[in-house]
Amino acid sequence: MSLNKPTAGTLLRSALFDEHRRLGARMVPFAGWEMPVQYAGIVEEHHVVRERAGMFDVSHMGRFEVYGPEAARFLRYVSTWDMTRLAAGEGHYSAACREDGGILDDIYVFCLAAESYLVVVNAANAEKMRNWMEEHVSTFNARLVDRHASTAMIAVQGPKSLERLADVIGRDFVASLKPRRCGRTEWRSHRLFASRTGYTGEDGLELVIDADSGPELWQALLDAGVQPCGLGARDTLRLEAALLLYGNDMDEDTNPREVGLGWVVTLDDEADFVGRDALVRLKDTGRSRLLACLKAAERGIMRPGCPILSSGREAGKVTSGGYSPTLSVSIGMGFVPDELATEGTKLTVDVRGKPLDVQVVPRPFYKRPKRA
Amino acid sequence: MPSPPDLKYTKEHEWVRVEGDIGTVGITDYAQDQLGDIVFVDLPSTGITVSQMQKFGEIESVKAVSELFSPVSGEVSEVNTALADQPELVNDFPYGEGWMLRIRLSEPSEVDQLLTAQDYDEFTAQEDS
Repeated sequence: MSLNKPTAGTLLRSALFDEHRRLGARMVPFAGWEMPVQYAGIVEEHHVVRERAGMFDVSHMGRFEVYGPEAARFLRYVSTWDMTRLAAGEGHYSAACREDGGILDDIYVFCLAAESYLVVVNAANAEKMRNWMEEHVSTFNARLVDRHASTAMIAVQGPKSLERLADVIGRDFVASLKPRRCGRTEWRSHRLFASRTGYTGEDGLELVIDADSGPELWQALLDAGVQPCGLGARDTLRLEAALLLYGNDMDEDTNPREVGLGWVVTLDDEADFVGRDALVRLKDTGRSRLLACLKAAERGIMRPGCPILSSGREAGKVTSGGYSPTLSVSIGMGFVPDELATEGTKLTVDVRGKPLDVQVVPRPFYKRPKRA
Repeated sequence: MPSPPDLKYTKEHEWVRVEGDIGTVGITDYAQDQLGDIVFVDLPSTGITVSQMQKFGEIESVKAVSELFSPVSGEVSEVNTALADQPELVNDFPYGEGWMLRIRLSEPSEVDQLLTAQDYDEFTAQEDS
């Protein structure tokens, strides 16, 4: 069998690079960074996050601070969601769109204070989003500070994650963070940002700290019993939670309504934002395609790029696909015509020439159990 | 750890254990380690004829799909059905319970063309450098 090994080239390294090497991580190129794909193994790390507490180095994601009297208005202009609604300590998911409604990135915006915000973007789009936001911020009384290289970011996720985090960064601070809330605290005289957000379908926090203090925080979390997890598990976890991956499930030729992101488009505030007119028009026209959740009905694994067939004819393509360690079956997402996107529709995925029976299922594939 | 000396190997990371005219085939420890967690193994049915270095199936890890090539020619006499429900056997016991096929050799002399354990270990050491 063939083993294709990637060459490293010139890749960026996060502040935690040495920690990953010390732990024996397998490193791979991702979005221009050399990142850990696994430590103990993808399936094991996946189960650690579903059952206990795991952590991911997500320093490769772009981070920007926005300041100034018009910070909120600027962010509203470059987001589809009305960011002026955010109170201090709140965050919200959003899309950022082109004039024609095509998605530039999916982002998260956090309000720390009236004139102080944090924006998190995908690693693959960091440079694009920096250029785009710099272009627009000049027309507002606001300023953008790129904090990508100067900070480290760690996502701690799992049903036991908040307990472990309380041991490390303080019980009261952790308890103060309700879902999608954010805040700052002092940890060993370093400033620490935390948000109750994540990309795994489990509870947890995402932490931002200055780059030099990143290794100390990582070690403290290890000492508290949080296990290191890599990008491999990050992808299997997010797929089970039916969370979107930019570049796979959406790109600049996709609009929010096609991928179930209509809920992050605010139109009732009547304020202008990039792409507003196009999204208003799209709201009234029918959808030509919709991203559906697909679950295999037999053995076999659907992968990105596999054609989706209905009655023998190609109806779309799989955008994200793989094996679900929690459900022990292949799952995926893919574009199908609107009328085929209803729950229960039976389709076939062409897996390298072999047919795989699949069914459209509701999202998400996995939902974490409600705490008693 | 050195590869088992009683087996023969291919540069595609398969091994064969010859006992009489039956060859048992699997992938090496080096290969399973490189692949990561195996989640699916696609094997042929018994009775199928395979040729040396012809693709006989596919093996999937979480992240990737790899082709499997037969070290020897012959007829598939047995398939390891345990791998359907427990593909992780390939990771945990690549030379034992993770075996994939048994083949009735049609050209036993082909085995002489394969790599010894020492050749294979030198080959993989080069791959890693």
